[in-house]
Amino acid sequence: MTAVIQASGLGKQYRRTWALRDCTLAIPEGRVVGLVGPNGAGKTTLLQLATGLLTPTRGTISVLGDHPAVSPALLARVGFVAQDTPVYARMRVADHLRLGAWLNPGWDDELAQRRIGQLGLDPKQRAGSLSGGQRAQLALTLALAKRPELLLLDEPVASLDPLARREFLRSLMEAVAEHGTSVVLSSHLVADLERVCDYLVVLVASRVRIAGEVSALLASHHRLSGPRRDPGTLPAGQEVIEESHTDKQTVLLVRTGEPVHDPAWTVTPVSLEDLVIAYMNPASDIPARRPQLGVAS
Amino acid sequence: MIRLTWLQFRAQAVTAAAALAAVVVVLAVSAPHRALDAGASHWLYMAGIVVLYLTPAIIGIFWGAPLISRELETGTFRLAWTQSISRTRWLAVKLGLTGLASMATAGLLSLMVTWWSSPMDQLNPLGGYRLSALLFGARDLIPVGYAAFALALGVTTGLLARRAVPAIAITLAIFAAVQVAVPLWVRPHLIPPVRTVSPLNLSAISGLGSSFPENSLGVEARVNIPGAWVYSNQVTTPGGSTSLGLAPHACTSGSTNTPPSGQTNACNAALARLHLRQVVTYQPGSRYWAFQWSETAIYVLLALLLAGFCTWWINRRLSR
Repeated sequence: MTAVIQASGLGKQYRRTWALRDCTLAIPEGRVVGLVGPNGAGKTTLLQLATGLLTPTRGTISVLGDHPAVSPALLARVGFVAQDTPVYARMRVADHLRLGAWLNPGWDDELAQRRIGQLGLDPKQRAGSLSGGQRAQLALTLALAKRPELLLLDEPVASLDPLARREFLRSLMEAVAEHGTSVVLSSHLVADLERVCDYLVVLVASRVRIAGEVSALLASHHRLSGPRRDPGTLPAGQEVIEESHTDKQTVLLVRTGEPVHDPAWTVTPVSLEDLVIAYMNPASDIPARRPQLGVAS
Repeated sequence: MIRLTWLQFRAQAVTAAAALAAVVVVLAVSAPHRALDAGASHWLYMAGIVVLYLTPAIIGIFWGAPLISRELETGTFRLAWTQSISRTRWLAVKLGLTGLASMATAGLLSLMVTWWSSPMDQLNPLGGYRLSALLFGARDLIPVGYAAFALALGVTTGLLARRAVPAIAITLAIFAAVQVAVPLWVRPHLIPPVRTVSPLNLSAISGLGSSFPENSLGVEARVNIPGAWVYSNQVTTPGGSTSLGLAPHACTSGSTNTPPSGQTNACNAALARLHLRQVVTYQPGSRYWAFQWSETAIYVLLALLLAGFCTWWINRRLSR
């Protein structure tokens, strides 16, 4: 399997602060990847490095096997919707489609017109007077009609109300299913992405905390509850991601490749949201325990 | 990309065309009455000079400064730079089209104003009429160079400031400084001046005096080189010294230590014996077009350098 985005030791420094560091990652093709992390974790930085809008301070990143934005040909293969979905406020909706047609050799005008029609956008309306949801849809239309192999979306639903959010993701998924596009979309809320993504990358404090298939992540993480116990007494294959104790009880979130047989524990599956929140908890960021799931590369 | 640039620039181009059309109408209507109605003509004549100096500045701040900074400010550069087009081409087309429009606007305006003003320029009392600092920058080719430079300057400051409003202020300040500095310190050195040394023609003397109490002679003489831009005009001794020695008695008699009201024959004879020289450093009026071309070339070259800098910055530095 080839990687659509491959990063090695990738780091980006702004003046004295690191927005992203030691990012080693290989995102396989044909997936819908959720890039999750709290605000300021480096999601935007990673996506902008992938589009070539930023250049790395350290390390390397390749997109579709080449340097990001190295040529118009590569730019044509990557679609991008930036945070806050910028559009030209004074230009009409129809002008944006013309812009897309003029600047992209692979432009699918039929798809663009169809989407604008389905969304009920007035082609004569100026983009500046669109609602947040309509603007996001227009920006997505521009990115989709390029017919990219890889679509990068930076917090595309952050400014949308729940209904528009659902509508946006639904139309994204339809388009992606139709053309087999690889997608990376970021959000600070895993709930936004839970329904759509099949691969997850969790960024916390400018580092990759975990990356992998959603199904594999869910299968390898368990919540254990039982009488109070020192986590240090667990078997070697079980890594504690999160722990909480009361006087009598201990609840752990562990990662393990093996089934848990200890009868003292009540084992329950974890939701994707619980799993992500556990990894986002700064207390779990202990280097020795930092898991590196087998990432296909 | 040309079509997109035109789409974004259309409104400004229409405004410029309308302004040019208005100028054509005003100048065409007033042309037959230029000399007859001196008051209104003088007003229009001065207005023409002011407009030609302001136009490049306006182009710099309204076309140049927002061209890139607006994209950076609103984030639309992230949309533009992720289409299937290189940033270099994006910038080149934007700069090229806007630059040509700027140069055409300034060029047409200058052509019209120069034509309209030519009868009065001949009579201009400012001396060295076409090479005078005030007129030179508002005639013929130079405004084209100013417009190209002002646009590139606006784009560059917009790129560096990343915001339109500060970029406008910085552009205006730098452009005004350049407009003052070039006529004062650059233009005089573009071409080495001519230096003539000739025997002083006594009839050209315009002022004669002696200092108190040293009683040293001072002589001023007129220069009569039509159209010339005179840098310096001195009266010297045959040896080249500007201190002419003691004033001859014949020139100071009458009322002691005050300049004589007129040169007497005796005084002239005394001055003639001194064999004074008149040394003039100047640019002949015939060099007008050489100055126009070379200064325009300098401004266009500066504009190209700024454009090159912008290309480098947009590709190498902006993404850091």
